[in-house]
Amino acid sequence: MRTGQGEAELTPARKPLDEMEYILATDVGSTTTKARFFRKLEDGEWRYVVSGETPTTVEAPYEDVTMGVKNAVREVEELTGHAILDERAEGIIVPYYGEKGVDLYCTTSSAGGGLQMMVTGVIKRMTGESANRAALGAGAIVMEVFATNDKKPPHKKIQQIRSLRPDMILMAGGTDGGTISHVVNMAELLKAADPKPRLGTMYNLPIVYAGNRDATGHIEKLLGGEFALNCIENIRPILEVENTEPARRAIHELFMEHVMSHAPGYDKLMKWTDVDIMPTPAGEGMAMQLIADRTKKNVLGVGLGGATTNVYSVFDSRFVRSVSANLGMSYSICNVMKEAGIGNIIRWLPFDLEESDVRNRLRNKMIRPTTIPQTLEELVVEHAVAKEALRLGLEHHKTIATTLHGARGEVAFLRGITTQAIAETYIDMMKIEIVAGTGGLLSHAPRRVQSLMILNDAFQPEGVTMMFQDSVFMMPHLGVVSTVHQDAAWQIFDRDCLVRLGTVIAPRGEVSSDEVIMDVALEMPDGEEVKERVRGGEVVRIALPERQKAVASVQPRRDFDMGEGSGRELSTMIEGGVVGIILDGRGRPMVLPEDQTERKRKLLGWIRTLKMYPEKLLEEVG
Amino acid sequence: MNDVKGMKVAKEAHAYTPGLKIKRKIRVSKLRRLPVPGKVLVEVGDEVDFVTPIAETMIPGDPYVINAAAQLGIERGTLQEYMKVKEGDDVKEGDDLAGFNAFFGLWKNWVKSPADGYIETVSPVSGQIIVREEPIPVTVNSYIPGRVVNVLEKEGAVIETDAAFVQGIFGIGGEAHGEIKILSEDPKEPISADHLTSDCKDKIVVGGSLFTEEALKKALETGVAGIVTGGIIDVDLESLLGYEIGVAITGQEEVGYTLIVTEGFGEMAMNPRTLELIKDFEGEIAAINGATQIRAGVLRPEVIIPHGKEIEVEAEEELASGMKPGTKIRIIRKPYFGALGAVISLPVELQDVETESSVRVIEIELEGGERVIVPRANVEILET
Repeated sequence: MRTGQGEAELTPARKPLDEMEYILATDVGSTTTKARFFRKLEDGEWRYVVSGETPTTVEAPYEDVTMGVKNAVREVEELTGHAILDERAEGIIVPYYGEKGVDLYCTTSSAGGGLQMMVTGVIKRMTGESANRAALGAGAIVMEVFATNDKKPPHKKIQQIRSLRPDMILMAGGTDGGTISHVVNMAELLKAADPKPRLGTMYNLPIVYAGNRDATGHIEKLLGGEFALNCIENIRPILEVENTEPARRAIHELFMEHVMSHAPGYDKLMKWTDVDIMPTPAGEGMAMQLIADRTKKNVLGVGLGGATTNVYSVFDSRFVRSVSANLGMSYSICNVMKEAGIGNIIRWLPFDLEESDVRNRLRNKMIRPTTIPQTLEELVVEHAVAKEALRLGLEHHKTIATTLHGARGEVAFLRGITTQAIAETYIDMMKIEIVAGTGGLLSHAPRRVQSLMILNDAFQPEGVTMMFQDSVFMMPHLGVVSTVHQDAAWQIFDRDCLVRLGTVIAPRGEVSSDEVIMDVALEMPDGEEVKERVRGGEVVRIALPERQKAVASVQPRRDFDMGEGSGRELSTMIEGGVVGIILDGRGRPMVLPEDQTERKRKLLGWIRTLKMYPEKLLEEVG
Repeated sequence: MNDVKGMKVAKEAHAYTPGLKIKRKIRVSKLRRLPVPGKVLVEVGDEVDFVTPIAETMIPGDPYVINAAAQLGIERGTLQEYMKVKEGDDVKEGDDLAGFNAFFGLWKNWVKSPADGYIETVSPVSGQIIVREEPIPVTVNSYIPGRVVNVLEKEGAVIETDAAFVQGIFGIGGEAHGEIKILSEDPKEPISADHLTSDCKDKIVVGGSLFTEEALKKALETGVAGIVTGGIIDVDLESLLGYEIGVAITGQEEVGYTLIVTEGFGEMAMNPRTLELIKDFEGEIAAINGATQIRAGVLRPEVIIPHGKEIEVEAEEELASGMKPGTKIRIIRKPYFGALGAVISLPVELQDVETESSVRVIEIELEGGERVIVPRANVEILET
């Protein structure tokens, strides 16, 4: 029995995977603690059973996350009648022994703002970027990237470093065998600024050093005493190699050892779990990787939360995560308005609303973030904001998912010439085969076609793209479960988590008129052939249920490309979903009409064709 | 009970919706804490006023980093040979730190101190000198008058007082205090520039459904200490601040006064109970703070009016208490935004609302007698 008393000698060894019957996973979010309960059915298949959700108790007056965890688990107990909590000893009963308990308990956490990091490098576009990617990949929110060449004068850097209160610092810089003075210079700057950890001044701020190994001695001498320093392998041992895995592991270890142990109640929670507590985005990222692993496809994923938008890509097996820390649908909804511009939000509304009215609505959502739309008008406004949050999130992601700078021809900088190549993302929307979304707004959209079109309008996938979404927000849970029991995680993922929305077929090319842009022929599972001619600006929805396949032949017109070259036919197998097949003839990039009347007419047309919202909306505005 | 994958699953668990506090008399405790350890200046039992110093400390001064080796054109490793001062020495702005004279003094190359302070580091590896300014004193004051009930060694103290207490929904600006002055007794009346007269100086002016843009400007000219009102128009806030707020983390703004909004954005009648309560204390001194942070464990702006009036101290409601029939609530989202009412029932079954979402709902009788159904997430308990 695992308890809060840390009685390790009483903790039995974990059951073999094939003997496990019940799994409990929680996510301690910044607002809500979400418990998900899974079980193995008699036929051996793992399924999701039920959820429990209660407010997170990380802050005053509670200041103990385990209270929220217990409340959420108690909901699961109430709903199922299955005892999980050991009330006397304050813990989770592990393993299941015939009546009570679970065989595996694990959790992710983003409470109190998640893992907040500061990263440093020598050259911003090289080691700075690599350190940034490593921290993001480990599930952190990167507060700032400092580099020797970032053009900020030293005193400005110091002022900024002093005002930040990170949980941890990742320091990179230099290739092995290269010059050491730049990275030592940055260490001196850090020492002078003397940043303090976010969760109190009574412990040393953790620093992971992943720079030039020849400078390690100097770094230890400078930072060893006042910081919890951990020196690891160089993140860029040579310019052509980015080695982020040791940094990711070190970050997770320090997260547990130094950060989590100082967050309220986590010392107890750490003793309850079977595996290390994982930052929520790291769990979500693992889930996205699981999709890519199992389907062998390129995946673009997104977690649209209340405070942040996390975008993940697994492109040609390379995993990258970006986080837009202040783009979200509740606390940060006004930051979406600020970053996107109110005009870009209003352009998605098929009805007239005064700009000041929209602004005040979003402000009121910001200050009362847990409220939900009751009217259709309010729902459509939130969906418009979601499209912009995702669009901005992807733009940001593309600046992180780039080829390695410095690997070709940019070494000139090292000799003192500041060449700055234009960031080249390798994310090619034509090669993205799956788009997957998670987060409250997408999971709670009343019609699945709404979430499909939010993802479609925001990301504008090209060619043939399958669209997935999380059913009831359990990707982080399954991500952390997958670190122990990958088969169970995938079975639940496949059956209960991943909702197959459908497939979008959208040729690349700009639409300038309503001329025909593609002819599509679908050979349906029952042998029926469906033919559609799609004109510029049109969308068409064809029913094809989940887990059913059709053979699609798409003949784009000249100037339009389905991935085979302009005007060349594509034949492929496509999969259905709860929405079906969407033939999107609005062009890539898609441009909404400038004329307001025409824009609203177009939006209403698409809403009507796709049956996106109830007729009531159309009656009121149409 | 439903049968889900072989398990009996009940349909309903519990729900909890916190609200804004409007209390006539409660015991308010404030922890006054230094950002870094220092010296506490009060003892348990001490009486304090609004601005009594509670604790003080010195935080390290700003460091200045000088790339001396590069400026002198010398090898980094040889910097020590050119130093005129050593680590720990006090220096004044303009003092020579390192350098050399050549060609019989015709060519001088000296690195000078950019500030008063002391030499913290001379690095032969990076060739840098770091000059640290003298430490900066930091003091934390009491904010509210009352009695010191606890002292945290080297950190600060807890002050306690009996007071009326009102939470707003959003604010800007930090701690302030001043005499309460009611500008309008009609909670639905927008406050215009005409309401603000010269006798509002240094006062906390209260009332109305919003302050117009002109009224916000006039308040600055008049020199009010604080504003408490029902609503604010988003663009007026932007023009007051000079920038657009992205995330609701406030309290550091310096616009000239502290502003507290009790209801939300747009023109919104101030909750009559809030206005009524503050009006009863017109002429008294209140401490206010606009700091707002909307995350778990939300920090809302507050109005604290310490008083010794003979009113029974109200108990804090139990944190986990929920809504039940009869509970007074306020609706906080369209289409009934701002309406007050009482809970009629809390249906167990999920219900579809206009958006087609199936949600937990609540049946409410509005003050006018109309009965409406709204999502539970869209109401807050009136903690009066």
